[in-house]
Amino acid sequence: MLSLAEDKGQFEAVFPVRGRNFTDAGQVSGRIKNILREKALPEDIVRRAAIVIFEAEVNIISYAEKGIIRYSTTPDSLIIEAIDEGPGIADIELALQEGYSTADDIIRELGFGAGMGLANIKKYSGEFEISSEVGKGTRLKSIIKITWGI
Amino acid sequence: MDLKFLVDKLNLNVRCCEGNLKREVLGGYVGDLLSDVMANSKKGDIWVTRQIHQNIVAVASLKDHAGIILVQGVSPEEDTLGKASKEGIPVMISELSAFETVGKIYQLMNSK
Repeated sequence: MLSLAEDKGQFEAVFPVRGRNFTDAGQVSGRIKNILREKALPEDIVRRAAIVIFEAEVNIISYAEKGIIRYSTTPDSLIIEAIDEGPGIADIELALQEGYSTADDIIRELGFGAGMGLANIKKYSGEFEISSEVGKGTRLKSIIKITWGI
Repeated sequence: MDLKFLVDKLNLNVRCCEGNLKREVLGGYVGDLLSDVMANSKKGDIWVTRQIHQNIVAVASLKDHAGIILVQGVSPEEDTLGKASKEGIPVMISELSAFETVGKIYQLMNSK
């Protein structure tokens, strides 16, 4: 099996995510999870990446018109980026607080919008960056360090 | 303990993926908030929930759950069963409440 470093040329991809399309929630995260598993990333990294990507995907679907999720790798890290064209976040610090949410009833009835999404992304990322502009959109970047087994 | 054992003991109505009931149940999780389940459930868990829409299948698949049990006799949406069938995730219905369902599973797990 190719190691990540040897195979890095192919090891990135971009997936579009459509806003308000709850039917497809989990599709992009599912696809990326399967790819990461096929590439034999350690199971713990796949598990953390699946949580981060699922939450990023649900955020785009819940709030934005559209967005993309991109993942790429370096020899020692998995980088996940989510970029959307949405309403943006006015107070990022507040949005990062667990339990804070601006979700509407439709989102909440589906079991989303509990104010855990961004907090989960931060928790399961190694490094985490977020920037947002009201009326334009939000970008977030999650870096998960990969520790290879023997 | 596999899913078949739970189906028999709790008298569950299997709505999807009868062929996958040999799956081993390693633990369990109960919850209706998908972010909570995403963050805290584990591989091989049986997931007990009152949610019936198709996003539960995405979560169960992402988390490699053994299967999903819906409580209070609720029926899953048709789309949910379609997706479960595609993903091979067993969906079962319990007539009991979440409290009673989980209580029984917990007891069975710890008496083995």
